[in-house]
Amino acid sequence: MGIRLDKPFLPLREDVIKTVQAQLGVYQLANESGEVCYIGCADARSLFGLRGELEQHLEDPGVSGFRVEVTTAYHTRRQELLMLYQADHGELPVRNKDYPFQLGRLSPA
Amino acid sequence: MELSLNNEQQMIVDMVRRFVRDEIIPLEMHLDPDADQLEAEDRDRLVGKVKDMGLYGLDIPVDYGGPDIDVVTRTLMAIEMSQHRAGLYAPCYGVFGGAGLAQLFEASDAQKEKYLFPTLRGEKRGFFGLTEPSGGSDPARAIQTKAVQDGDEWVINGGKIFISGADKADFGLVFARTGGEGRGGVTCFIVDTDTPGFHVRRIVHTLRSAHYATELQFEDMRVPAINILGQLNKGFAIANDRLSRQRIPYSAGCIGIAVKAHEMALEYSKQRQTFGAPLSNRQAIQWMLVDNEIDIKQATWLTLEAADRAHRGDSFRKEAAMCKIVATESAGRVVDRAMQIHGGYGVTKDFPLERWYRELRIRRIGEGPNEVQRHIIARDIIGAGLR
Repeated sequence: MGIRLDKPFLPLREDVIKTVQAQLGVYQLANESGEVCYIGCADARSLFGLRGELEQHLEDPGVSGFRVEVTTAYHTRRQELLMLYQADHGELPVRNKDYPFQLGRLSPA
Repeated sequence: MELSLNNEQQMIVDMVRRFVRDEIIPLEMHLDPDADQLEAEDRDRLVGKVKDMGLYGLDIPVDYGGPDIDVVTRTLMAIEMSQHRAGLYAPCYGVFGGAGLAQLFEASDAQKEKYLFPTLRGEKRGFFGLTEPSGGSDPARAIQTKAVQDGDEWVINGGKIFISGADKADFGLVFARTGGEGRGGVTCFIVDTDTPGFHVRRIVHTLRSAHYATELQFEDMRVPAINILGQLNKGFAIANDRLSRQRIPYSAGCIGIAVKAHEMALEYSKQRQTFGAPLSNRQAIQWMLVDNEIDIKQATWLTLEAADRAHRGDSFRKEAAMCKIVATESAGRVVDRAMQIHGGYGVTKDFPLERWYRELRIRRIGEGPNEVQRHIIARDIIGAGLR
């Protein structure tokens, strides 16, 4: 498994979200320029997994795309994606600024 | 060995049990089932309570400001502290504090000033860097990370794997080969994580879905000679001391999980009806519950015996190996039976059993695989000539 989530973004629309499985996993949201603006996860409290989480972002202003990865390691995978973003950009995605836990430092080769 | 708790031990055990029941379990109702951290506000509040109880920093020697609690009582506490969903790897979410890297108590005064005291004050965090891709069960021979002296510095090249907390640490203990093959050629270095050439290359996902390990790479990492912990080529003894000591609380945590899983199974078996009678009326279920009881008792006594020997200053290497085997294997069986008794619910994230089942599997490998523990015991009972 590559450590980056680099599959193409899909449009954040109700009909597309309906095709997403109600599984545990991680997801990224993109703004209209196709840049990652949020990294989230569907944890075991999410009623309909990734599908349910994405539905909650349908009305978010400035968000136009999403991509998902199904994984039971949703906590650590989310942290990994946040750490990678931080290593690449020197800061967290704009909608993750209030992430409540300390993140580690990665220096991927 | 005294086979019953004295008044003080009973009081402390009761206090910790109440703390888990009244403070930890209610918080877990609102957390993700795989969570292993509390939000800062909750954590700070609970740390304050633990300090008020006089139980903060359990492993810190009394000379360094820790509570004066003996190893047997700490083992009894560890059994209680793990009796919640996250309890195996995050007993009480760490609010009882800890001593950090125990090896630093043997450090030089300057090293203590720079690394130990800030760790005890909660200002710095360290990691323990022993295992390498070439192996972890036999570190004396497997270590390939190499340190070469260059004036007042050592230049370290190599890598480590399955290292917890290195990405968030300020410093770490890194074991590297400075001499020939075997245990005589290993030295322990204290490495600042902002040293050029120190890289956390990736995180390693495991069965523990809320906690990861890391893979490290060292590229021409220059470490001052004054950062050698202990003596040159004597690092293996430092690593080995930790490995034996750590097996007692490691076992105690497994027992706590087994106790809780068994309690849940007992309760559920009395409520759940099949074919007109509670599950607990069925001999198949009764025998599972009986086997749980026996497994827990065996593990508890072996672990307390190891703790008692450590407390008295006797050799406890064999006993620590025994309790590690029995506690990790019996807890795995107990949780497995508890899941079976719970049926479909047992494998859902609605109950903590599936998390314990996953995490307990790691325990037969961590802190020295059980096969290595058996090797240690065999060497002890047959003679040092066995290799």
